[in-house]
Amino acid sequence: MSPESPPAAVPAPDLSSSVEESPLQPPPGLVGLFVAFAKMSTAGFGGVLYWARRGIVDQHRWMTADEFNETYALCHFLPGPNIVNFSMVFGSRIRGIAGGIAAFAGLLAPPTAIITILAALYARYGEIDTLRRILAGVSCAAVGLLIATVLRMMTPLIKRRDVIGIILLVVVLVAVGLARLPLQAVLLVAIPISLAVTFYMRRRISA
Amino acid sequence: MNPNGNPIWTLIWTFGLMSLFAIGGANAAIPEMHRIAVDVRHWMTDKQFADVFAISQLTPGPNVLIVTLIGYAVAGVAGALAATLAMCVPTAVLAYYVSGLLARSGHSRWPGLIQAALVPLSIGLMAASGLILAQTTDRSVVAVLMTAATAILTFTTRLNPFWFLLAGGLLGFAGVI
Repeated sequence: MSPESPPAAVPAPDLSSSVEESPLQPPPGLVGLFVAFAKMSTAGFGGVLYWARRGIVDQHRWMTADEFNETYALCHFLPGPNIVNFSMVFGSRIRGIAGGIAAFAGLLAPPTAIITILAALYARYGEIDTLRRILAGVSCAAVGLLIATVLRMMTPLIKRRDVIGIILLVVVLVAVGLARLPLQAVLLVAIPISLAVTFYMRRRISA
Repeated sequence: MNPNGNPIWTLIWTFGLMSLFAIGGANAAIPEMHRIAVDVRHWMTDKQFADVFAISQLTPGPNVLIVTLIGYAVAGVAGALAATLAMCVPTAVLAYYVSGLLARSGHSRWPGLIQAALVPLSIGLMAASGLILAQTTDRSVVAVLMTAATAILTFTTRLNPFWFLLAGGLLGFAGVI
């Protein structure tokens, strides 16, 4: 079934109810999943999450905002690129493993093609002085954007005076950023410690 | 480059393993990508690494695609594909199984606990990414100011990030940075 076809079996949305309460739309087919994720992926700059939420929750109404947050949270605690994990989980919930692959492919194929072309251009023209200067300027801004994301994520830790969380954060920053230790080694030590501390703190609070 | 074997296998092994430790997403793995691509394997220079980071931020799509650029630098189109799939497939498969497992086991308190434990580590890794990239990029006073202004304005306002990338590109083109 094409997801673009009109949802004839579904009653027309009740216009008197609020936006949040309007009914979810029927799930898309494989082609629909591919196209939807391809669109979200190539929609804009600064990450796909914003566009994924907009597409899935606001435009297509395939999930409620809460379902979206829950699914995304799962993908955030798993390793790897979050939005890629999300495409797999979302697609497979709707159409099984084939749906997962369709969403995954839609998310990755178009931008990978674009960036491979850019890579070829960079390999050929990367030494041109004007391009080097432009990229140097863009890098400065891109690093600033990354630092802003870090500040945003740190705010809740600081607000609830999570001293242990902040200590762990700084230790990882120093170990990986300054001492340049391998990621695996740092995490194989840091994850058990952080888990143990978090578990102990929660028990103490609930006790 | 790698006299002992096919560079494609090196890419697959390197990024496949790295993805499993990329807690909090691709930006958390940037220090490790930099360590391996620049310091260990000498696939690219420090400056080229900063360039591919900039290109990946300029391109629409998930920011994990910085690995596509690294893969291309190592082994052309095949390298680009190998690096991208190695970084994305293993964790997507893991996510598929974990999500199915959680759906069956109902509401466990473990996901919440694990997430709470991982968040500070993930922020620490992203902060390390910022630090490493800033050391490469911010070599002049104007460059430092540009990074600081972008960080502060993005943190405190809701301006579209694209404007900062554009401003950086224009200042670079003009030779100011």
